[in-house]
Amino acid sequence: MKQAVDVSQLKVDPATRQLVTAGAPKKISDFDKNALEESIKIREKNAGAEVFTLTVSPEDAKVVLREGLAMGADKAYCVVDPAFQGVDTSGTSYVLSEMVRKVGEFDLILCGDSSLDSFSGLVGPRMAELLNLPQITSVKKVVVEGDTVIAERSLEDAVEMVKAKMPALLSVTREINQPRIPSLMMIMKASKKEIVAWTLKDLNIPAEKTAAKIEVLEALAPKMERKKIKIAGETVEEIGEKLAKALLQEGVVGR
Amino acid sequence: MTAMNGQGGVWVFSEVYDLTLEMLGKGRELADKLQTELSAIVIGNNVQDKADELVKYGADKVYLIDHSALERFQAEAYLGIIQNLALKSHPEILLIGSTRNGKPLAARLSTRLDAGCVPDCIRLSIDDKKRLVGERITYGGNAIAKITFKSKPQVATVPLRAFEKPEKKDHNGQVVKSDFKVEPAKTEVVERKPLETSSVRIEEAQSIVSGGRGLEKKDDIALLQDLAKILGGQVGCSRPLVEDRKWFTDWIGLSGHKVKPKLYIACGVSGVIQHVAGIRDSKIIVAINKDPEAPIFEVADYGVVGDLYQVVPALRDALKKMLQ
Repeated sequence: MKQAVDVSQLKVDPATRQLVTAGAPKKISDFDKNALEESIKIREKNAGAEVFTLTVSPEDAKVVLREGLAMGADKAYCVVDPAFQGVDTSGTSYVLSEMVRKVGEFDLILCGDSSLDSFSGLVGPRMAELLNLPQITSVKKVVVEGDTVIAERSLEDAVEMVKAKMPALLSVTREINQPRIPSLMMIMKASKKEIVAWTLKDLNIPAEKTAAKIEVLEALAPKMERKKIKIAGETVEEIGEKLAKALLQEGVVGR
Repeated sequence: MTAMNGQGGVWVFSEVYDLTLEMLGKGRELADKLQTELSAIVIGNNVQDKADELVKYGADKVYLIDHSALERFQAEAYLGIIQNLALKSHPEILLIGSTRNGKPLAARLSTRLDAGCVPDCIRLSIDDKKRLVGERITYGGNAIAKITFKSKPQVATVPLRAFEKPEKKDHNGQVVKSDFKVEPAKTEVVERKPLETSSVRIEEAQSIVSGGRGLEKKDDIALLQDLAKILGGQVGCSRPLVEDRKWFTDWIGLSGHKVKPKLYIACGVSGVIQHVAGIRDSKIIVAINKDPEAPIFEVADYGVVGDLYQVVPALRDALKKMLQ
């Protein structure tokens, strides 16, 4: 689970077009909530199963971890290290994979298909590669049968049913479910659950493994130079005509 | 710079032919700037003709992997083939088509090649240090980030229609039939249902009439269809009509289809930033919304504060009259 910038609350400095990310509110990346919800559903159907969340973050992520536990995760693992500032998908996936190895045996890893803020969609497949797992992306439905997982995935021009032997890694879309909202009772129960915090040293991860291979040169609010002409009129017919005329003059009407 | 012996160079791959062509157009520009070779990889069954054609679209070299077992995209097989070609010839730039299959392929390939990857680049250039710079939409549409690489190869993924398809012309290039081993699949596609594509893909539409939460009931989509018909365009929608109301299966926006028609008419669409990120490249944007404070007006060329149930038919009738 990623602690992501809540993009709906981001502000832009109008003079510089810079985003004001310092102090911007953070939350669990939306898709990751879907992944957690689906894991909990799978656990509900499989007695004895457990759900663990894994998080890496450059700064304290307790709020996010607690929310995951309140939703129903059994245990949370995190690596919080300021060294993660500026880490790219290569480093993130490496650390997450090492965390998976340290946690031990598992049947399924579920990730969000992309994150809310950076929207890269690379960490899941990169982890699958590092852990040598079957991977299924863009998943909108999952069924677990014995040691096999069957997932429905959306492509641009088709829907595929894909089967893999577990352990496997799935990346899920928003369509897969509606994440539950934890009740007060669940929130209280979650405060007793365990959060395991590791350092990079605990995982024996050398610095070069988290060194970024890419570098963000700038991130600026896009210029949207639009005409912003308001069309009004006495009657709706007049408005229709004015608008139609304007569109004809723009040369965007007609085949 | 080692263009002559086939080392280095700019490579493109997509399992989608049109996207391969678009990337070749941009790839040519990047290769010329670096004074290096442009190569394309073609994987499939009976694809010799396509490989030959890619030379006319600007490829100096086409790696052709043609086998009956490779008819359809297979993650591990395709991945292994590209990885082996890359290990042999060391491209400095790899452009991979950012499709639902292509993006995970690029991610896994980058991991195998120990490379950085910048996904969904809408612009690509070479900076004065000869590094690739990709621009992508980030922070949910709030920003465009310029990102470069610290190591090679530099892997970038490119969405459909980000770049123009180049003109076909005479060009000297060679098609190289390449040996390959098929890496065994880790997953099995047990069923594949093609989606009904009743009309052209919405990315191709010249005009789009889209509906949002302002539409009261599903039948009212007909209003938008009437207007779209006059324009010879298509109907689209914003995410709530898919996620909450299930009226459509696909939405326009950052996480859905990114479109760039000549004319985009947003009817009852509030214009959250994620939606706007998907329509940013439209030539003209029209907003029709009851709420004068709706953010869509900030990104529209023409705005009508009014009831879409009146304005849309009025616009339709006016256009009908004028186009006769």
